Amino acid sequence: MAKKKMSKQKKMDTRVNFTPMVDMMMLLITFFMLCTTLSKPQAMQLTMPSNDDQLQKEDKSVTKASYTITVYLAGEDKIYYVAGLPEYENPECIKETSWGSKGIRDVLIHHTTEDGTNPVAQVMQAKVELDKKKLAAGDKMSDEEYQKQLSAIKSGDIYGNGQKIQTMTVIIKPMDTANYNNMVQALDEMQICSIGKYVIDKINEDDEKLLTLKGIKFAVD
Amino acid sequence: MGKIKIAKKDIWIDMTPMSDVMTLLLCFFMLTSTFLTPEPVKVNTPSSVSEVKVPENDVLNILIDPNGKIFVGTENKNNMLAMMQDVTDKFGITLNATQIKHFREDAMIGAPLSKFADYLNLEPDKMGEVIQTMGIPTDSIDGGMSEFQEWVKAAREANSDIKIAIKSDATTSYKVIKTVMSELQDMNENRYQLITNLKTSSEE
Repeated sequence: MAKKKMSKQKKMDTRVNFTPMVDMMMLLITFFMLCTTLSKPQAMQLTMPSNDDQLQKEDKSVTKASYTITVYLAGEDKIYYVAGLPEYENPECIKETSWGSKGIRDVLIHHTTEDGTNPVAQVMQAKVELDKKKLAAGDKMSDEEYQKQLSAIKSGDIYGNGQKIQTMTVIIKPMDTANYNNMVQALDEMQICSIGKYVIDKINEDDEKLLTLKGIKFAVD
Repeated sequence: MGKIKIAKKDIWIDMTPMSDVMTLLLCFFMLTSTFLTPEPVKVNTPSSVSEVKVPENDVLNILIDPNGKIFVGTENKNNMLAMMQDVTDKFGITLNATQIKHFREDAMIGAPLSKFADYLNLEPDKMGEVIQTMGIPTDSIDGGMSEFQEWVKAAREANSDIKIAIKSDATTSYKVIKTVMSELQDMNENRYQLITNLKTSSEE
């Protein structure tokens, strides 16, 4: 009998209504989802030479002509290049190419210097090997170490023994008709091809003459 | 006639698992969120393979829209105020309390100094519209520094560790970029971050 009495005690309903709480949380989640930037933007480090003439003169190092490529970025996503130093009297030295792996990247990689070498291909090869080494080493190779070796390779030390090969120098000359995207793409190619020495330069009077001879519009009307 | 009895069922659904999941999601978003800084103009940055991250603090953002209008700003409000104080003192502009309040609420500086006070007099709703038609001029003042250079100099003085990040639309003409860069170079600011999107391999 006693048992029956116990069970008669009124059982409280302990279920709590969660719906308002869920509603509120939904709202909060929506708010946070709409207001956040999950992926941080990427950036590209760019160091420009100083406008100070004094500094520039000291920095100018002698590069063999065939170790230079001048890239002209024109409007309408056109791109032209001069292998070696531009011959300002001869418009034929300017060649047109295209963006991407079959265009300018191909030109850079397969550029053969007067010594019969392909510095860009050599450097890229060294970088591939470094990447392999990094993959094999896993955590053993720190990012710092990798960056150090990478910059050594970019400066020409492809065998890792301190002996430097001469690397390519690329001069990027965007015209006023080009847009910002062209410039970023060009800098991208430098990164893909592991070119350590590149500079963004202005179109000077000699270039203007050469481009006029070739019939390329370099200024905005 | 037998009545059809519909059995009344308790349609109580247990919300607990759902609320558990939501709490988790909420926590995740709250912890990972960095708020979008409102920008006066919308820009689509070009994509690149570079994987360098933009630092979170001490960044001076230079925003360039497709029409070549330039805006500057930094996420640190104190630095912004110091910049504003510096530049307005130099050009003899005095601002009242409301104008300074409006300035605090604004994310980026984009008004030329000649219209600076007038712009800050506007209602905050209006400011967003008006700023899109403005932009900081890059013409040099009497052969000296341009307004843009003054702002960058003030930012450098407010925070000597500040890094310059250029965020520009992909379609912006190189001519504008060239002007900005050469003005920065004139001031011996030679290191910048160009803000880009990460290129996915499918875009190759």
